[in-house]
Amino acid sequence: MQTQRSIRLPARLDGSQLPFVAAIAGSLVVAYALVGPQQFSNFLTIGAVYALIALGYTMVYGIIELINFAHGDVFMVGSFVALWILSGPLGLHGSIDNPALLAVVLVGLFLVTMLILGALGIFIERFAYRPLRNAPRLAPLITAIGVSFILQNIMQAFFGPSPVNSPQIFTLNARFDVAGASIGYLNVFIVAVAVALMIALQLFVGRTRLGRAMRSTAQDREAAELMGVDINLTIAFTFFIGSALAGAAGIVWVLYFGYAVFNQGFYAGLFAFTAAVLGGIGNTTGAALGGFVIGFLQVAAAQYGYSRWSEVAIFGVLVLVLVFRPTGLLGQQLGERA
Amino acid sequence: MSETSVQAPPAAGAAARNGQPLLELQDVHTYYGHIHALQGISLEVHRDEIVTLIGANGAGKTTTLKAINGLLHPRHGKVLFDGRDVSHVPAHELVRAGIGQAPEGRRIFSRLTVLENLQMGGYTRSPREVAQDVERVFALFPRLRERARQNGGTLSGGEQQMLAIGRALMCRPQVLLLDEPSLGLSPILVQQIFAIIREINAQGTTILLVEQNALQALNVAHRGYVLQTGRVVLAGEAAALRQDEMVRKAYLGEI
Repeated sequence: MQTQRSIRLPARLDGSQLPFVAAIAGSLVVAYALVGPQQFSNFLTIGAVYALIALGYTMVYGIIELINFAHGDVFMVGSFVALWILSGPLGLHGSIDNPALLAVVLVGLFLVTMLILGALGIFIERFAYRPLRNAPRLAPLITAIGVSFILQNIMQAFFGPSPVNSPQIFTLNARFDVAGASIGYLNVFIVAVAVALMIALQLFVGRTRLGRAMRSTAQDREAAELMGVDINLTIAFTFFIGSALAGAAGIVWVLYFGYAVFNQGFYAGLFAFTAAVLGGIGNTTGAALGGFVIGFLQVAAAQYGYSRWSEVAIFGVLVLVLVFRPTGLLGQQLGERA
Repeated sequence: MSETSVQAPPAAGAAARNGQPLLELQDVHTYYGHIHALQGISLEVHRDEIVTLIGANGAGKTTTLKAINGLLHPRHGKVLFDGRDVSHVPAHELVRAGIGQAPEGRRIFSRLTVLENLQMGGYTRSPREVAQDVERVFALFPRLRERARQNGGTLSGGEQQMLAIGRALMCRPQVLLLDEPSLGLSPILVQQIFAIIREINAQGTTILLVEQNALQALNVAHRGYVLQTGRVVLAGEAAALRQDEMVRKAYLGEI
């Protein structure tokens, strides 16, 4: 049967996708020309963090139209969980020089942290948002802010108010030179992991039965229910995936910056939310794109000596995009439903 | 309002109706907030029948379907499906039990392809069964095969209605609920849709049909119920209802 399980890309890479791919490639070349190789690798790394967080915002908004303001703090918890696994049970202090061992530790770290964070997401949805599913929209929004405070304070109670250093398991001098810049293998690893996770997400949402159920529920919850979709399960699963991805971003943060602090989720969450809106909220490709745009603005502002103006640049671009494209860069055009 | 005067006896009909009904509503009352929407609906649907609910806007036809499919739960009364009380079973489990629906307004997933819409219809079933039944639906609606890779939202109204019916068939329902399948379609398409309803029934699917187009509905159905403000005011063989003076005046547009 041609209809099932043949391997085809979900995004249907035919001619119609070419302009989009060309635009992305062109933007990367321009970005490279503007900031040079060193900052280019930084931009990709930071952009990857924002993109991973933004995916959770956009998926949750897509399915229950809630701006989950606690999502940045879920990312923060991810950082602490990763930090704790490395320094607690694993008892690591410095770098791991054996590449095979490093690989094992990293795989385990991502698996365990993402599972724990996914479970946290399900827990938050079940007890904070589900009881308010039919309440006026302001109620879950304010609850989300409450959940944000709860997560921050729990982490502060455990780890204190100051930044906590994490073991640097990547040796800082594991670098290679290219085009006159020194690039860390860590940067390459982070971008590779982020891109792999995003592709996996696209394949999952685009091609699996559960992914179809998620998209159907996002479009018409009642109709999806009439197809036999368990709405509660599907929404819980959406939170699982979004929070696991935020967990991955949290690990990346700890690996890259070497610390975690209880309020790191505030700005990162705000930027990632901006990224999701910029890309077109509800659209996963848009969220990833928005994450990289914001990463670029931040790095470029620093490169040209205006790092204190980076927020102005980010929110200025957001305003401009919303003025000219209210649904975001890749947002659904309004009035599509017949 | 002549609720008591015209209660025709539900005579023994064309389809064999001995034994337990496949679907039965016993004195079902539902509310939207404080609004008493269904005020004691009782009806029966037997295996292999086409039963139609007719009535004006707001008579409670769609609400009756919602009480059956589990989107609304009755506050009093019972919904029995295959002898089992399903009054409080959630909608998604009733699909598994064998109640399929093409809802009012079609409710196609506009950003899913036609094929994906059909796959959603078969959500409760195995991938192999789904693949088989997609072919079955394509055989019934060849138009959908041509459009398989298009987004649902790009289809015309008639094609969307075919997709809605095809999608509802994908769960292999024992009873198929159709809510206003002719709404907004051109007369030729209406004829086509009703021919297909007959065919689906001939292939062994019981159908409960809600329609504003009472004449067409009574032509295709074996039996019918006339609803008025949340009550059944008349019930009987479709042929008898077509001759009924009140039905002719109120719903068939005769003076």
